[in-house]
Amino acid sequence: MNSPLLSLIVFTPWLGAALLGVLRGAKPSVSRGVSLLFSLSTLALSLIAIVNFDRARTAPQFVEDHAWMSAVLNVHYHLGLDGLSLVLVLLTGIVTPAALLASWRIERSPRLFGALFLGLQGAALGVFLALDFFHWFLFWELSLIPAFFLIKLWGGRGATRAAYQFVIYTIGGSAFMLLGFAALYAATGTLDFAALADEAARGDLAQKLAALGGWWPKAIFLGVLLGLAVKVPLWPFHTWLPPAYAEAPTGASMFLTGVMSKMGVYGFLRILWPIFPAQLHAAAPALLWLALGGVVFGAFAAMRQTDLKRMIAYSSVNHLSYCLLALFAVAAATGRTGPDHHAANVAALSGTILQIFNHGISAAALFFCVGVLQERATKNTSGTPASLNDFGGVRTAAPIFAGLCGIAMFSSLGLPGLNGFVGEFLIFRGVFGLAPWAAGVACLGLLATAIFLLTFWQRVFHGPRRGFAAGEFRDLRGIEFAPLVPLVVVMFVLGLAPQLLVGLFNPLVSAWAGHLP
Amino acid sequence: MSLLPWTIYLSFAGALLALLAGRHSAAAARWVALLAAVASSAVALLAASNFVPTAGLQTLVDVPWISDLGLGIRYHLSVDGISLTLILLTGIAATAGILFSWNIEERAGEFFALFLTLIGGVYGVFLSADVFVFFVFYEIAIVPKYFLIANWGSTNREYGAMKLVLYSFFGSALVLAGLLWAFAAGGAHSFALNDLAQAAAHFSRPQQIAMFALVFLGFGILAGLFPFHTWAPTGHVAAPTAASMLLAGVVMKLGAYGCLRVAMPLFPIGLAFWQPAIAWLAIIGIVYAGLVALVQEDFKFVIGYSSVSHMGFVLLGLAACNVQAASGAVLQMFSHGVIAGLLFAVVGRMVYDRTHTRKLADLRALPLHRLIPFAALVFVLAGMASMGMPGFSGFPAELTILVGTWKTSPLWAIFAAVGVLIAAAFTLRAIQVSFFGTTDKSGPTPPVASHAAHFSPITWAERAGAMLLVAATVYVGLKPDVLLSWISPALESPLMQTVMKGGTP
Amino acid sequence: MNADYLALLHALLPEASLVLGALIVLGFDLIAGHRLDPAERTRAATVIGLIAIVAAVYHSIHAGIGGGVFGDVIALDSLGRATRVGVLGLTALTLLLLPGVLTLRHPAEYVAIVLFAATGFTLMAVAQQLLLAFLALELASLSLYVLVGFDKTRPDAAEAALKYFLFGGMSAAFLLFGFSLLYGLTGSIQFGEISRQLAMQPLNPLLVVALVMILAAFGFKAAAAPFHLWAPDAYQGAPASSAALVASASKLAGFTLFVRLLWHGVGPIAGSVATREGAPGWLPVLAVISLLSLLLGNFAALAQTNVRRLLAYSAIAHAGALMLGVMAAGKAGPAPLFYYASTYGLATVGAFGVIAVVERASGCQSIADLAGLHRRSPLLASCLFIFILSLAGIPPLAGFFSKFSVFVAALQLGGANSLAGGLTLLAILLSAVALYYYLAVLKQALVVAPTNARRIAVPASAGCALVIAAALLVLFGLWPSLILQLVR
Repeated sequence: MNSPLLSLIVFTPWLGAALLGVLRGAKPSVSRGVSLLFSLSTLALSLIAIVNFDRARTAPQFVEDHAWMSAVLNVHYHLGLDGLSLVLVLLTGIVTPAALLASWRIERSPRLFGALFLGLQGAALGVFLALDFFHWFLFWELSLIPAFFLIKLWGGRGATRAAYQFVIYTIGGSAFMLLGFAALYAATGTLDFAALADEAARGDLAQKLAALGGWWPKAIFLGVLLGLAVKVPLWPFHTWLPPAYAEAPTGASMFLTGVMSKMGVYGFLRILWPIFPAQLHAAAPALLWLALGGVVFGAFAAMRQTDLKRMIAYSSVNHLSYCLLALFAVAAATGRTGPDHHAANVAALSGTILQIFNHGISAAALFFCVGVLQERATKNTSGTPASLNDFGGVRTAAPIFAGLCGIAMFSSLGLPGLNGFVGEFLIFRGVFGLAPWAAGVACLGLLATAIFLLTFWQRVFHGPRRGFAAGEFRDLRGIEFAPLVPLVVVMFVLGLAPQLLVGLFNPLVSAWAGHLP
Repeated sequence: MSLLPWTIYLSFAGALLALLAGRHSAAAARWVALLAAVASSAVALLAASNFVPTAGLQTLVDVPWISDLGLGIRYHLSVDGISLTLILLTGIAATAGILFSWNIEERAGEFFALFLTLIGGVYGVFLSADVFVFFVFYEIAIVPKYFLIANWGSTNREYGAMKLVLYSFFGSALVLAGLLWAFAAGGAHSFALNDLAQAAAHFSRPQQIAMFALVFLGFGILAGLFPFHTWAPTGHVAAPTAASMLLAGVVMKLGAYGCLRVAMPLFPIGLAFWQPAIAWLAIIGIVYAGLVALVQEDFKFVIGYSSVSHMGFVLLGLAACNVQAASGAVLQMFSHGVIAGLLFAVVGRMVYDRTHTRKLADLRALPLHRLIPFAALVFVLAGMASMGMPGFSGFPAELTILVGTWKTSPLWAIFAAVGVLIAAAFTLRAIQVSFFGTTDKSGPTPPVASHAAHFSPITWAERAGAMLLVAATVYVGLKPDVLLSWISPALESPLMQTVMKGGTP
Repeated sequence: MNADYLALLHALLPEASLVLGALIVLGFDLIAGHRLDPAERTRAATVIGLIAIVAAVYHSIHAGIGGGVFGDVIALDSLGRATRVGVLGLTALTLLLLPGVLTLRHPAEYVAIVLFAATGFTLMAVAQQLLLAFLALELASLSLYVLVGFDKTRPDAAEAALKYFLFGGMSAAFLLFGFSLLYGLTGSIQFGEISRQLAMQPLNPLLVVALVMILAAFGFKAAAAPFHLWAPDAYQGAPASSAALVASASKLAGFTLFVRLLWHGVGPIAGSVATREGAPGWLPVLAVISLLSLLLGNFAALAQTNVRRLLAYSAIAHAGALMLGVMAAGKAGPAPLFYYASTYGLATVGAFGVIAVVERASGCQSIADLAGLHRRSPLLASCLFIFILSLAGIPPLAGFFSKFSVFVAALQLGGANSLAGGLTLLAILLSAVALYYYLAVLKQALVVAPTNARRIAVPASAGCALVIAAALLVLFGLWPSLILQLVR
């Protein structure tokens, strides 16, 4: 039972980072190889985990639980893996190597780049596996530092400002989340998610917090909410995101959108909802509007962009808001009973988790494609941003690239047969059952998404060759296939057989929906 | 255990020997000083290894010293978890400080003699159980600061030194006034903390309020209590690296320690009266100093103000008056001691001694992360620790302070959280402007030879000092239990219990 | 009157040795002086003087503690014995500063007058009768006037001596007037008898006049404000060793005499400073003098650029603190006061000793003349470090405990809510102000680069005196009981 599999998953990338740290003067190719190798460890280990994973159980598996601190602070080193975590670990396992492959051409200190990337990967995995706030927060915060340097050192012109803004926003949210947990600890004496959730389920937590009187219980909830909302980001806390994603180097953008933004959604599911069910229920109607805001404004803002990276970044705001929309709809509907609701709950929650995974895959792929365009345009990966108006007729110049990019785009759009469809469909299915008006408004977002993605497709790939595509425009070559092809394969596989993934978390989601009072 | 007083004696002996060795050569003085610092740290570690935290205040030495005039002064040293924590900090800071002073050539003997005298005084304060002895060591630690800064300092050093020493001495005069008043008016027959506390219990409320104000304010000045903190930034900036490290790292802790060990237990009624005022001043200090740090143009001023901000957390933790908050405060003392030392070491030694500028605008133009990557790495680590990143010692400290403060007043805790955010902002700004000001993004690493010519490589002493401090902050960050399991039992001693009940007996 | 001349002779053996020593110094110089060069003459005179002092110390200790002698004219008590040893020790230290440092035309006369002054001091230490007290005081004062103006080559020395003399003469007149009134009101010149008489009569205007006269004279002797005007000039103009004597031994003897007179003599009309309002008597007047001295001394010292004037103002400030010790002596006994006065004397002698040595090499009036002392003579710099920090009251030096003990004693009178208590708190806070000007001296000596890099040779005897003084300051600071137990 106490196999250190999960620790191995978390710390192997860090081991790699440390190894790169001591490999002074290693050749760039060696550095790249080592980075890739260690980043692949996650995929390998998560496959082992999938094989040994008991799909019927909803409780965390492969649990590691050791006493860590007992004086003044009561902290356990507590790792566990359930269906939700597994999906995210798998996602990390896929996106990270892809992002590293996408960064293969980076000439500037590949050793440091690799080390930072592996550091980031380990931190993200830690967030997905930790079950005690202390080290969950450790991973959560530590992920910022490598991300900061990846953006700042390898990013575009505005990278300094973007990186600073990104970290400060996130830490700002985190500071209040930290305060919220300090308050929880003051009331309960534990930082363990499961223990807190138990207390919440029994109603003890609400009582203990009510003892504070006044606004304080709400303030605690808001503190934790704020920390997570900034990270996702929930509209209107999203303003750090477009510049950060746009200025980051391609590989980092892929990881940021593919994995890091999921940390926030994961936090909503793992922390906020179980620990503050009542408060979330009370706040859900308002939050629903915010999520809708993200859906609609994210899409419309994307429509207005000419900078391709920013466009994809706003589309991320839009896509992630679907996840939150579903979750808030479920929370808002708590208390209503009936088989319809149960089904709707299950659909909404399954959709959320699927959407987390799918968006990770497709957005990463899209960022890579934009990165390729950008590189072709400026001969480097981090120069002037690639604009919508700089290209035309790329399809004739580079048909393979256009094909793969098109698939990614349609996956993002939610075309049936590709992975994006299932998630969005389930979300809409659930939200219609729970809050039909919200689903209605969200359709606006769907529409806008279709418009801007098709505009992108049409302007860049169709028509006569112009702009940077007018002259020599290489198609994908060699290593450039490496990141894109696996992602596209995953899109097809999950589009055709979503149950491969759904099977991992279905019992968990059913249990959640069943427990809803 | 009973070896601990040797930390004091070894330091003073080391001071004398370094002075003598300095007449011979600077290198001899250095080695003597390092040996003395390492030896006292070793003594401290040895004592720590068989320390029993639950045994309360453990007497090390207790002999009559001055029994005339009915003063009943005893040379009484004792140790508990709080003092042991700070003793270890002192050992670490002293050793690192000497390593970072390795390049001092001019009057090295005197430098290290003063340095070790200061250290000896600090050890003495942390071990004293008799208020008179406490005060004697406290003042011994004041004077060397002046000469360290005025002789070996930089920017505006004589002004900074004088300001710092006068503030400290004025503070200690307030402390002396309050303590003598308490002694004389209470009819106590000794200066033992317990006896004074018993005598003080009979004072009227107004008397306690006044005495507490004198003593706490006196110590608070040294701890950087707003608005009496202004000595700290100017002093830190003027001081030579090792002295800044000690000032921020250890000497400010003397003030906080005095508040906790002397002022608060002696006058619980006074504490109850002043508690909100102290907390708000601490909060103002946290936020105000943080905001000021955000707009500084001198690298060292950023760190100087950050120290004030971080010490605000210590004072807030103390003002919250419960075991968690106070444990956090003591842990924060340790943590800040190590981290501030590290930051000052990078800024003052690694950067300034090579670039001869501390203006952020000038540093921005240098590709420092390429020229001295080790310094950049250390500064990033130190900055993360200073921001309160988990994994470093600042995090458990701030978390426990937040938990404890929340119990006393959620409102205070909210402002403290704002302080955490501001700390992140100014630290991150310092990191990116100073070390990563110019990041040329195109192509492979451009040559840096034109600058590198002026840059001596990082020496072994710098590496060793930095690693020592980084190791300390990471170790405590991952295993805060090591210290917390000493600290919290010490806060449950009979004398502290009234304090931890919010001062109302 | 019980006239036991043998006992009197025994009690006065120290004074006898000093006078005899003075005569031998003069005689030796008369006979052998012209055959020696000036340096040797100085050395010889100093050696003889030191021998006389050693003999006097021996006799002081052996005089024992036997209470009143010769009808209570002389008090052989622990305070008297300790003061005698103290003033003799301080005088010996100032004598050690002579050889190789001061070049005087008449060294033998100088030494002889120092010994006469010392005779006055030792008598002051034991006198408990108005007449003897006055005689002792005048013997000491007259000698000091001469010593201050001894260096006839310098006009400012003459000015200083004249100023000192005029003020001193006036204060002597006041004192005599006060004494005569006291005698007239009580019919006795014995302290004990005066005290008994005063206990039976209320405070009347004549008594007040007498008190004011006495306190004014005391204020002059102690260089307390507002009777301090002579001090800065005298300190500035006098030869360094004379200034040292004026600042150290003379003060110690003066405080012993006055604490005896005030508490044993006019104790019944002390009044009170132990409450917020106080009670009329000499204590409140003393408190006012103390307050003025503390404020004026400390703040005026801040503005000084001349190191000797700085020491003079610091002496005024210390006089204010010593007054606190006098006030507290009624309850706590004279031990804190004695400790303070004697260790203060040590530190001042040391400081003037350093100035004397520096002066001989390159002149030393301005503080800036000390610049770079650490380069020019590490020994002098380290000694100065100790003396100045002791004056500033930094532990573990004796200056710290002296302040500490006096402050505790003063606070024990009536807590902080009394006149004495308030004054004490003020004194404590002013010590932070004092640190500023003390550090200004040390800054020149230890921080600033030398303007004149020539090394200073320290004559052996002066070096000896400085090291002894510094060592004693550390020793007494670490073990105050060594001194406190002398005075019970």
